[in-house]
Amino acid sequence: MYVAVKGGERAIDNAHAWLAEERRGDTSVAELSLAQIREQLKLAVNRVMAEGSLYDPDLAALAIKQSRGDLIEAIFLMRAYRTTLPRFGTSQPVETADMACDRRVSATFKDVPGGQVLGPTFDYTHRLLDFKLAAEGELPEAPSGTPRREPTPHVTSFLRGEDIIEDQPASDATPKDITREPMSFPADRTTRLQTLTRGDEGFILGMAYSTQRGYARNHAFVGELRIGSVAVEMDIPELGFAIEIGEVELTECETVNQFKGSKTEPPQFTRGYGLVFGQTERKAIAMALVDRALRWRELGEDDVGAAAQDEEFVLSHCDNIQATGFLEHIKLPHYVDFQSELELVRKLRREAEAARVAAQQAREAAE
Amino acid sequence: MSDYNFAYLDEQTKRMIRRAILKGLAIPGYQVPFASREMPMPYGWGTGGVQVSAAALTPDDTLKVIDQGADDTTNAVSIRKFFERTAGVATTEETEKASIIQTRHRIPEATLREDQIIVYQVPIPEPLRFLEPRETETRKMHALEEYGLMHVKLYEDISQHGSIATSYAYPVKVEGRYVMDPSPIPKFDNPKMEMAAIQLFGAGREQRIYAVPPYTKVVSLDFEDYPFEATKADHACDLCAAEDSYLDEVIMDDAGGRMFVCSDTDYCRARREAGHVGRLGSDAPLTTGPEAA
Repeated sequence: MYVAVKGGERAIDNAHAWLAEERRGDTSVAELSLAQIREQLKLAVNRVMAEGSLYDPDLAALAIKQSRGDLIEAIFLMRAYRTTLPRFGTSQPVETADMACDRRVSATFKDVPGGQVLGPTFDYTHRLLDFKLAAEGELPEAPSGTPRREPTPHVTSFLRGEDIIEDQPASDATPKDITREPMSFPADRTTRLQTLTRGDEGFILGMAYSTQRGYARNHAFVGELRIGSVAVEMDIPELGFAIEIGEVELTECETVNQFKGSKTEPPQFTRGYGLVFGQTERKAIAMALVDRALRWRELGEDDVGAAAQDEEFVLSHCDNIQATGFLEHIKLPHYVDFQSELELVRKLRREAEAARVAAQQAREAAE
Repeated sequence: MSDYNFAYLDEQTKRMIRRAILKGLAIPGYQVPFASREMPMPYGWGTGGVQVSAAALTPDDTLKVIDQGADDTTNAVSIRKFFERTAGVATTEETEKASIIQTRHRIPEATLREDQIIVYQVPIPEPLRFLEPRETETRKMHALEEYGLMHVKLYEDISQHGSIATSYAYPVKVEGRYVMDPSPIPKFDNPKMEMAAIQLFGAGREQRIYAVPPYTKVVSLDFEDYPFEATKADHACDLCAAEDSYLDEVIMDDAGGRMFVCSDTDYCRARREAGHVGRLGSDAPLTTGPEAA
């Protein structure tokens, strides 16, 4: 019955108990360990870390387990935990040129200094279900080579040498922090990039795809896509120098975009940039395309009215925690508002009916 | 208590929120941007209200939480529990005894006092949002006091429907300056907004806080020939016979049977305890919780 919506504490407690039981599933099936999730569902862990804005594979694994595999719910758990953490400082910018790359490909050159490294990719797998995986089995060891020790220069730096790609001078300015300042528009690029990197993969993918299909097309080439680990360094005031405090795995994508020039800029290649926690290349490529589309103003391009060019539209709607919260809140009780709407609609109907009857009577009287 | 700071948020965050609240009180009806935090409940469940309450609470406060006017709706229970756990403050269902009232979609029927604060949960703080989706534009419109669009909307309602077709979240003008969204309260509650208590509004997802200081002029937008009208169901409460309270319509059976009861559960309870009896008589259940269902 309807009034049961006015459930009390007991209803909530019972719902939580049932949820816990459902989460565990059939107890005759072994329980998942966090290590299993972390090691064997790594790409899910990566997505949860990226969109949860918190690099911690163990906590991400816990969040995935707790959320029964609902990744947006897991991302939410990470975000809510993240806000409670103290901030004791800011790292140095990571140096992706020094990345220990597991994968590094360029679509713009056949070969590049540092080499093309396919790495652990699905790209050329045939998407046939592998029924051997359904049975437990030993895995043959993959061949290994000697890792490259020296830094791997960015492909865009070669184009820069020829002055044929836009310059992006390094800056020591402190970027805005979207978790500490409310969003305001127009947003600068640091704000946009931070928002995109934690934005929903599906949303960013859809936006990027729309640019490819002609809604603010900017013809992107993947200048470079690299995945690997970088050292995180932090200045320690007591020591007076920076020390390495850990490593994070990152995916970085730099697109090279055709650009015929504008009133303010000469013809040259332009750039889009994607940087995301973990091995998350679909997201990083999509982010780079959307970043490039959002840069129309600073490059003096036309606003063609495409969704992906509209920073207020993109940045206000790409966060899946905000989106899912607001979307799902409509299942909460709204009966007070609905009651007022009921009365309004009844009143409008009464008035419309009265007007109809009056008009009819007037017609009959005239005849 | 618990491992969390008093009322969950750290002191720096509370200070940031208090600054936004003070700014809001200084400029009644103006939406102050604030760096809303991710809370352990979803956006849309009252994260703005919860952050404002957390910043306003002191250990001596007594908190009341209502949703749809009721203390026993699931989300009100959940938020009350959250503050019991993280702030350890006293809670109450009695409007009289509360020093802070967090609400979703209603203003209590009892007149609020100077020593009380009411905190509204707000989904979309921008009253002009559905006329103009862009924040960059609406901020400009507020700055220039350019509210013609809203009046045109209300006028079009009248020309199409014969009356203003807004029944909740009915826009108000605060102290003759800012047009403000009163949050999705039924327009029945709008006249109560000129009150003795401090009114604070929190929109977490939209990162906005705004406020109405005590005794501030709050006028529901209307036209001289189509004056604002605070409406409710044309019945008395079937439990306590109140004729002045906002009513919920409850469907009783599948043959069109229905009852009307006070949406403010505490108001209804107090009246029945004082001996008022509605159409359904004194045998009617005293609660509408699951036990009663």
